[in-house]
Amino acid sequence: MSALLQIDRLTKRFGGFVALDQVSLQVAAGERLGLIGPNGSGKSTLVNCVSGLLRTEGGAVIFNGSDISRQPAHQRIRAGIARSFQIPKPFASMSVIDNLCVPLLYATGHRPGQTRPGEAQARDEAFEILRSVGLDARAGEMSAGLTQVDMRKLELARAIAARPMLLIADEAMAGLSTSEVDEILQLLLSMKGRGIAVIMIEHIMRAVMQFSERVAVLVAGHKIADGDPHEVIANPDVQRAYLGE
Amino acid sequence: MNPPVKVALSNTRFAILALVVGAVLALGCQFIQNDYFFNAAYTVLLYAILSTAWNILGGYTGYVNFGTAAFFAIGVYSSIVLYKAFHLPLGLLIIAGTVVAGVAGIGLGYLTLRLRGHFFAIATLALAVMLFTFVTNWDYAGGARGAYVLVPREVPFGFPRYIRYLFTVMVGLTVLAIVVARIIERSRFGQGLAAIRDDELAAECAGVPTLRLKLIATAISGGMMGLAGTTFPFFISFVEPVGAFDLRYAVNAIAMPVIGGMTTWLGPLLGAILLGTVQQLVQVTISSAWNLLIVGVLLVGFVTLAPEGIMGWVLAWRARRSKRS
Repeated sequence: MSALLQIDRLTKRFGGFVALDQVSLQVAAGERLGLIGPNGSGKSTLVNCVSGLLRTEGGAVIFNGSDISRQPAHQRIRAGIARSFQIPKPFASMSVIDNLCVPLLYATGHRPGQTRPGEAQARDEAFEILRSVGLDARAGEMSAGLTQVDMRKLELARAIAARPMLLIADEAMAGLSTSEVDEILQLLLSMKGRGIAVIMIEHIMRAVMQFSERVAVLVAGHKIADGDPHEVIANPDVQRAYLGE
Repeated sequence: MNPPVKVALSNTRFAILALVVGAVLALGCQFIQNDYFFNAAYTVLLYAILSTAWNILGGYTGYVNFGTAAFFAIGVYSSIVLYKAFHLPLGLLIIAGTVVAGVAGIGLGYLTLRLRGHFFAIATLALAVMLFTFVTNWDYAGGARGAYVLVPREVPFGFPRYIRYLFTVMVGLTVLAIVVARIIERSRFGQGLAAIRDDELAAECAGVPTLRLKLIATAISGGMMGLAGTTFPFFISFVEPVGAFDLRYAVNAIAMPVIGGMTTWLGPLLGAILLGTVQQLVQVTISSAWNLLIVGVLLVGFVTLAPEGIMGWVLAWRARRSKRS
């Protein structure tokens, strides 16, 4: 099987602290992977290494057949790896729709068979995406004034606007109410229809179990389990990591 | 429905309009008898270019440059040296000074733009100090003693006085600077700069090649500051390092966009006209020693009361009005 994303023995150190120790992970095209682990286990570090915000000390990230380990972040999203941030990072001086125009104008059109939209096309496409995530009524508003849940939707919408093949959603639901979690969950589930593979990093187990076709577990920079969600949850190592001895 | 895009003048139409306004202004002013007017107006236009230039990096991109005087002085001294060595005509001096300052901008950017926020600002300050030391010790350019530039006896294009010619050239350069700023503001490039200003990490993760865009912005901004300096030796006719690197250039280039508003091309222009004119009036009526004090007081006032500047005020007022109707 040739995976869409292949993380091969990735190692990241911060000084003497080993945040990721030879982590290997694969994601197939269109797959839904849940990535869980206790706080400080290296999940966000892994996202930063894959999206290009952090340099790695060893191992490789292979995406869509090419080694992107040395590429800066803006080239990785152009290649098709989008991410959302745990703490939303909207372009605060822009309207909601202009937030989406940035990736549409900068991240698209770099892969074979893709063309970059013009200004007017970009706005149309941005509006379509906003409609699909339920933010169309806020298109003209300033992004800084959005509510928390709308801010999370904007994060995801902006990631979609880059026309990615893989989306890494870093705790897109943290701190939301039950009904809001369901809204975001539906949104992430709908990525399959767009042909986008998703890595969902999450602490809310209900959402993880509902979402994931496969679950991987990180503990202290090591991957300790990877497979069918129910089997992984039943794994004694995983239970020990979460609940203690 | 998709909210309609605000209909705005195309770049070409704006450029033509700006040229026409500039031409009318320059020609109209020729009827003014008092030659001192042209001295004062030249200085205001100089600040208009400097603050427009500063705003491209400071306002659009969010990187504060304290080294305006350094880039300005590069323009000044490139004119002095090239004029002394080759007697180049003013047009070529303007181009040369702009290019040299732009290249200096790329150099500074390459060394420092990996630094975020305050550290970049500190590095620009260091550049000004380094260049000042260099120029002070450069004998050919006059060194610490300063350099005389003799204004050509023959005034081109039949202007009665050289200062009137310089003023007209400066109007043209200001129009150029403003047109460039507005084109950037509305372009894909400008949108990338705005994304960097709002959140650099998010911009990079949205596909914006942040380092390259910042380098281009620094080059354009620096080049434009140099542009403002190229005609200065002919205006002042005696240049010494202390004057060319004067603190007031750096302070005014920051204060004027802040007071006028940093998100549009109009802000720095408004700020320069307002603050520059007040300074010129005070200089004549009270004393030039008051100038920096006035800048300081106005700056503090605006930062606390209207942090978005005059344009921010106007835009907020317009938004409120359109909501009501």
